[in-house]
Amino acid sequence: MAQFRVCPDSGFYFDKSAESLMKANAVAGAVFLLVAGFLGLGVILTRWQEVHLLPADVFYQVLTGHGINALIFWIIFFEIAILYFASSTLLRTRLAAPRWAWLGFALMIIGAVTNNIAVLQGNSSVMMTSYAPMQAAPHFYLGLILFAVGALIGCFVFLGTLVIARDDKTYEGSIPLVTFGALTACIIAIFTIASGAIILVPTFLWSVGYIGHIDAAMYRLIWWGLGHSSQQINVAAHVSVWYLIAGVLFGARPMSEKVSRSAFLLYILFLQLACAHHLLADPGLSSEWKVFNTSYAMYLAVLASMIHGLTVPGSVEVAQRAKGYTKGMFEWLRKAPWGNPVFSGFFFSLVIFGFIGGITGVVMGTEQINLIIHNTIYVPAHFHATVAVGTTLTFMALTYLLIPVLFRRALFLPWMAKWQPYVFSAGMTLMILFMLGAGTLGVSRRHWDMDFTGAALSFDYPGTAYTMMAVAGIGGVLAVLGGAMFLIVTVGSLLFGKKLDESAGLFQGFGVPLAPSAYTIEQPERLQMAPKLAVEQHGSGGMEAPGTFALALALLVCFVVYYFINWDYLASVWPLS
Amino acid sequence: MSSFLPPSERIWWKTPIGKEEILWIGIALVWCLIMFFMMPYWHIYGKQNLSNEAYQTTAPRFQARVDEMVAQYKIGEQAGIPIVKPPAGSDVYMLGRLWQWYPILELEKDQSYRLHLSSMDWNHGFSLQPVNINLQIIPGYEMVITVTPDQAGEFTVVCNEFCGIGHHLMLGKIYVKEN
Repeated sequence: MAQFRVCPDSGFYFDKSAESLMKANAVAGAVFLLVAGFLGLGVILTRWQEVHLLPADVFYQVLTGHGINALIFWIIFFEIAILYFASSTLLRTRLAAPRWAWLGFALMIIGAVTNNIAVLQGNSSVMMTSYAPMQAAPHFYLGLILFAVGALIGCFVFLGTLVIARDDKTYEGSIPLVTFGALTACIIAIFTIASGAIILVPTFLWSVGYIGHIDAAMYRLIWWGLGHSSQQINVAAHVSVWYLIAGVLFGARPMSEKVSRSAFLLYILFLQLACAHHLLADPGLSSEWKVFNTSYAMYLAVLASMIHGLTVPGSVEVAQRAKGYTKGMFEWLRKAPWGNPVFSGFFFSLVIFGFIGGITGVVMGTEQINLIIHNTIYVPAHFHATVAVGTTLTFMALTYLLIPVLFRRALFLPWMAKWQPYVFSAGMTLMILFMLGAGTLGVSRRHWDMDFTGAALSFDYPGTAYTMMAVAGIGGVLAVLGGAMFLIVTVGSLLFGKKLDESAGLFQGFGVPLAPSAYTIEQPERLQMAPKLAVEQHGSGGMEAPGTFALALALLVCFVVYYFINWDYLASVWPLS
Repeated sequence: MSSFLPPSERIWWKTPIGKEEILWIGIALVWCLIMFFMMPYWHIYGKQNLSNEAYQTTAPRFQARVDEMVAQYKIGEQAGIPIVKPPAGSDVYMLGRLWQWYPILELEKDQSYRLHLSSMDWNHGFSLQPVNINLQIIPGYEMVITVTPDQAGEFTVVCNEFCGIGHHLMLGKIYVKEN
């Protein structure tokens, strides 16, 4: 029989088996984040040319491990926890097939450990992308395959849970927006894992000698069906978490269910085309193919992200204005709980994801502009803005929420938690901006030595490039410090955090009251819908969220200016045809 | 009354959309279309486009073409690598292998060349510095681009796709001379 617990602070509903699985997945994710962050320190201290910490072989080994642990293991473990939360907790239902879910978890652990062992042994320093015909040890691929199978089981457990909730009628009408977003992530994840299977299974067979040849161009095409789409899982997942955090902290509701859900639908339809982003400078693919795919048909997935960029902070603004923060354009934002890491983490990730990650991503994903950016250090700068700040910082913010709600512990060292999003964001932003600059000067990614020591020929990057990499190094160290603060708070809370009793209030340490919108437990068998009083009110002439609209226009101006600056830069290089 | 609860309106898809959302969707859509049409526009009016010309090849076949060019047009050597000066407007070849770009090319300013690129072993990255043109070089594929150097001077080809422990040793040269 399923057993449930209602969190006395938030009113969130936990199925006992789902709760254990969420805890296990979140903790596993944090462990791999620790590994990834530690390896990341080695990477940035080597790219900082004046420090140049590691020898070449160790550097490439560490870089391989950093990429896989950060981009795949940490994030997907945490996303599985989010899927279980968005289904069983938000729909107040039991989790489907918990034994299968544990099997999936076990496979993911075995796979992740196997892959890490392969990298640690030193003969699989092939980067996360492992482009054939460069070959890793067989258990490098096997680890990834096992991990993917485990994650796929998690996806089906999520879908099964949705079915159970609908059959048991635990909610009325449509699933909540947050669950809808999680469903989007799940659908993209299944596509992603299918692409992964199509390319990694033959590559594994090739590494053990059963297949003679893997075409190098085909490998890149299908591998990026895995590699880029997996980042689109992250986008869908962290946008859902943004809506969740806005709902919990502010009682925010979507400005329009229709608009937000349509934007998620655009993700499902178009995001997967983005594997083309990595193939724009490749031979063998036509310009028509590149233009259509790199722009997600006609930038329809970018449109979706721009919509979320308005509606997520817009929903916060509407909720804040309803509470009386109506002065001027930005009182709602100034009076937001900036000392609460759940809010600051959420808001920084939103801004940096949009302004830096989003804009640079579209610019370098433009077919011709890619020529001046492909494989430079501009590329990792972009995806640190999207994944390390966008996704990872969002998940960190969510963790601060889950520690009291899911783990029933008070935050350990709340002052450190309070500052953590600031340190992490500042460090990451510094690193990202200066890596973007260095990339524009031609500094390459995945490169051990920008001095080219020992090469038969020689080349000197401009002095500015060295300065930029040094500042990026300082930013990177600061970001690792921010990551360490997160892990100290998290691990400290689980080990030493005060156990919360039944009457403890949420975020007592930050003085933030619980959102009034949280569940009541009056009707535990069926999920209460929002009161009818709060009907969406639109069309009254004025804007509900003028401050957010102004921010969105600021984003657009930056976007347009930066986009055309890059065309101008492209026009200055050698003519090609 | 929250994003994590089911919508309060059962028929939520009939609720009208707020003013700023409509406006923003309109603006964003227009911007997306502008960005989309910039790419075909640049194919017609811009000067920096990749050609669609590429062939499947093999390492020995491509190596033979390179060797033929080197034998015919070699004018010198640098660090043991031949310097080749093919005639303006001709087909020129450069191959990437662990860990060098071969051979060194000498080109004339403002002349067009059909540059053929391929790899003998793994993926390599053709990163022309300090111009900053970056191409992916894939084994088994021969990429052909028409390039018109419009600056004279010494240019370096850095490998910017990871290709093993000697990746940082992999440099090549293109010299562009005023005619």
